[in-house]
Amino acid sequence: MTDLSVNFCGIKSPNPFWLASAPPTDKAYNIERAFRAGWGGVVWKTLGEEGPPVVNVSGPRYGVVHGPDRRISAFNNIELITDRPLEVNLQEITEMKKRWPDRAIVVSLMVPCEEEAWKRILPRVEATGADGIELNFGCPHGMSERGMGAAVGQVPEYVEMVTRWCKTHSRMPVIVKLTPNISDVRKPAEAAKRGGADAVSLINTINSITGVDLERMIPSPHTDGKATHGGMCGPAVKPIALNMVAEIARSPATRGLPISGIGGIETWRDAAEFIALGCGTVQVCTAAMVYGFKIVQEMITGLEAFMDERGYANISDFVGAAVPNVTDWQYLNLNYAVKAKIDQDLCIKCGRCHVACEDTSHQAITHLVNGVRHFEVIDEECVGCNLCASVCPIENCITMEPLVNEIDRRTGRMVDGSYLNWTQHPNNPMSAKPLQPAEPAE
Amino acid sequence: MTSAPDIRAGRLGCGEYADAFSDLHAPLDKHEARVAAERCLFCYDAPCVTACPTSIDIPLFIKQIATGNAQGAGKTILDSNILGGMCARVCPTETLCEQACVRNDAEGKPVIIGELQRHATDAVMASGRRLYKQGAPTGKRVAVVGAGPAGLSCAHKLATLGYDVVVFDARQKPGGLNEHGIASYKSTNNFAQAEVDWILSVGGIELRCGHALGRDFTLADLRRDFDAVFLGLGLQAVNALGVDDGGLRGVEDAVAFIENLRQSTDLSKLPIGRRVVVIGGGMTAVDAAVQAKKLGAEEVTIVYRRSAGQMGASRYEQELALTEGVVVRHWARPLSVHGENGALRSVTFAATAEKDGRLVDTGETFSLPADQLFKAIGQLFVPQDLEGSSDTPDLVSGRIAVDSGRRTSLPDVWAGGDCAAGSRDLTVVAVEDGKQAALSINHALRGIMPMAAE
Repeated sequence: MTDLSVNFCGIKSPNPFWLASAPPTDKAYNIERAFRAGWGGVVWKTLGEEGPPVVNVSGPRYGVVHGPDRRISAFNNIELITDRPLEVNLQEITEMKKRWPDRAIVVSLMVPCEEEAWKRILPRVEATGADGIELNFGCPHGMSERGMGAAVGQVPEYVEMVTRWCKTHSRMPVIVKLTPNISDVRKPAEAAKRGGADAVSLINTINSITGVDLERMIPSPHTDGKATHGGMCGPAVKPIALNMVAEIARSPATRGLPISGIGGIETWRDAAEFIALGCGTVQVCTAAMVYGFKIVQEMITGLEAFMDERGYANISDFVGAAVPNVTDWQYLNLNYAVKAKIDQDLCIKCGRCHVACEDTSHQAITHLVNGVRHFEVIDEECVGCNLCASVCPIENCITMEPLVNEIDRRTGRMVDGSYLNWTQHPNNPMSAKPLQPAEPAE
Repeated sequence: MTSAPDIRAGRLGCGEYADAFSDLHAPLDKHEARVAAERCLFCYDAPCVTACPTSIDIPLFIKQIATGNAQGAGKTILDSNILGGMCARVCPTETLCEQACVRNDAEGKPVIIGELQRHATDAVMASGRRLYKQGAPTGKRVAVVGAGPAGLSCAHKLATLGYDVVVFDARQKPGGLNEHGIASYKSTNNFAQAEVDWILSVGGIELRCGHALGRDFTLADLRRDFDAVFLGLGLQAVNALGVDDGGLRGVEDAVAFIENLRQSTDLSKLPIGRRVVVIGGGMTAVDAAVQAKKLGAEEVTIVYRRSAGQMGASRYEQELALTEGVVVRHWARPLSVHGENGALRSVTFAATAEKDGRLVDTGETFSLPADQLFKAIGQLFVPQDLEGSSDTPDLVSGRIAVDSGRRTSLPDVWAGGDCAAGSRDLTVVAVEDGKQAALSINHALRGIMPMAAE
């Protein structure tokens, strides 16, 4: 029997699916519906300090990138942190934790970068019975202009400092939410760890403009004719998020630091990929905002079926299972070679593989053979780049077949299963005296 | 069985005619078109383009629809096929572009190219934009005989190349079979005339309706007065049934029935039999049978002498007939017709079979009661109108012989459409004939083959 329950840096939840800090987690009404639908946990929408409530725009807060059938491939938003009074949120958190003791309730926080401000709010959050806090160092719009959110997350020293304040003035587990709007995500992650963070969560949203209204020459979404960048999320950001998660998971400085994965998770498969790259839980927002809370049922049943099939009893059985297979380019085996192979029975003869290769790559796929429309790989030209298989509309029609103990007809080189990476390669001027070990230490 | 034959008008309620003869397909709206367009794979050297007699760049126009540029898509179509709007309605796409679509292999369903083509060409028509203009004057004049698809296509291309064109047509209205010969539910809202008007708006084309070759002028006259002549004459006669109908009332040509219906301003005044038999297996048979049914005939039976697969009507058309409640009987040929008081009462058929590749009677016969019989067994080219000239173009297999440029045996005479040998009796082929003939005429008269003016 598979068991989806997790213990994430001391925070327990019946499954790894949490709702991310965002509009769906702004109040008790939504949280109640989410828990009824089966979500394992929520990160309550970011609370700010006591005082006059935050003011949002009274107009479009979302930009969207649609596919042809209006499927949403990306969202962005310019909404700020919660605009409800602090006390109301704290009361509702208390009530919800009482009603749903088995679910995780983590509270997202964002107050000014002053120790006193954090000292004021932390005990009040702790009093709610919440399971932990998440520091919103990622929000890239609005709040960052006021020295909070991403403005903190982009300076590792601030990340470390605030994290330390939170660990000093609270007993709660501290999750630091990281911004992707930075050149090397490992730096703030390391800073969070130095500050005593129990975990990191990533990614927050990406600075973005989703489009331009060409009639009116205004980017979207706009407010009374003017637009500002928003934070982008949704399926399109998943590859960026996966890479950042993997970088933290495999970095010697942060290895073992629990990660809550966020970014375009829409299906059980997306979630499993984040888990394989080192995430102990995953957080979802866009999929819920597009499809409603019921979407978690697909995620739960799909992940269970996958784990059953693979023989994983617990989530922890495969957390980080793919991490050892992430490395630097310089350690890739340059002696390995593959050739594209087209299954003629599956081929529908659209010719996209040919034109992609012919126009933009290696001229390695035929178009006509003996005057007949026929698409066949020319092994003498094929570099195994995978472009043809990528553009082929038919799944598994074009496969990349490794050469095994045979001559690569393009290079004339024998492919014998040996390993030679760039650090060892004769063409590398540095290879005589490798500065780093030949293989990565894992 | 002595009562009068039951042929009468007004079988439907007044309001029911408009519904019965409304558009066969509702046009795609913008969103439907975009979703359908996204199924196109943008094939390289696309098989659909090869399958189109006019070589429309189908992947390009569909990509243009997908990106919200329906008018650009329309221009892509019209550049290759100036009657792309009508072809979108009447082409048997399931045996042309859509049959070649690689999506058939992938999912068993092609991209709906015909409906997308209509979406794009409708966008151009709705915009009222003129996409083409007359070419720089060449000072040369060309006569086009027949304002059907072949003649209109030829005339338009010639106009863009700078020729003065006079189009003659024996009928009072231009359009040829588009106007007179296809079922009305394929060309609603007077589309055929709107398309003709749009084509003629290029300028440089004079239309002379009611002028018949062989009656009002001869080929020799045209050859004397013009630098070149294009013959888009169509077909003039219906094949004989091969049985003596004794002049019975109720035995009619399907082509004439369709033409009357198309030109009727009040369908409730159009008489139709209670029991109708249509003999033949082509598009005309289906058009006649379905429209008979739509007019309120109770029983409509198409009788064809061979199998479903051998019918000229596409499978889609056959299914349309069945859906509309028409009965289709294969493997039978008419033996005799029977009447009372000079009016048709029944038709007797001989059952047929194929033996050693030849059609033979099995010896069985059956009769169908019928108030009305429509002959739809193919049309004939009658070269009679070409006579009266010292020289006439050579014929082959009963139609005008042409080379790849649609030039006849007479050096200054070109021909295309159904009257030319090798024609497949399709609108889209006629359009291509007209286009190719115009390019060939230009080549002959100027020794060059420039791109058409945009």
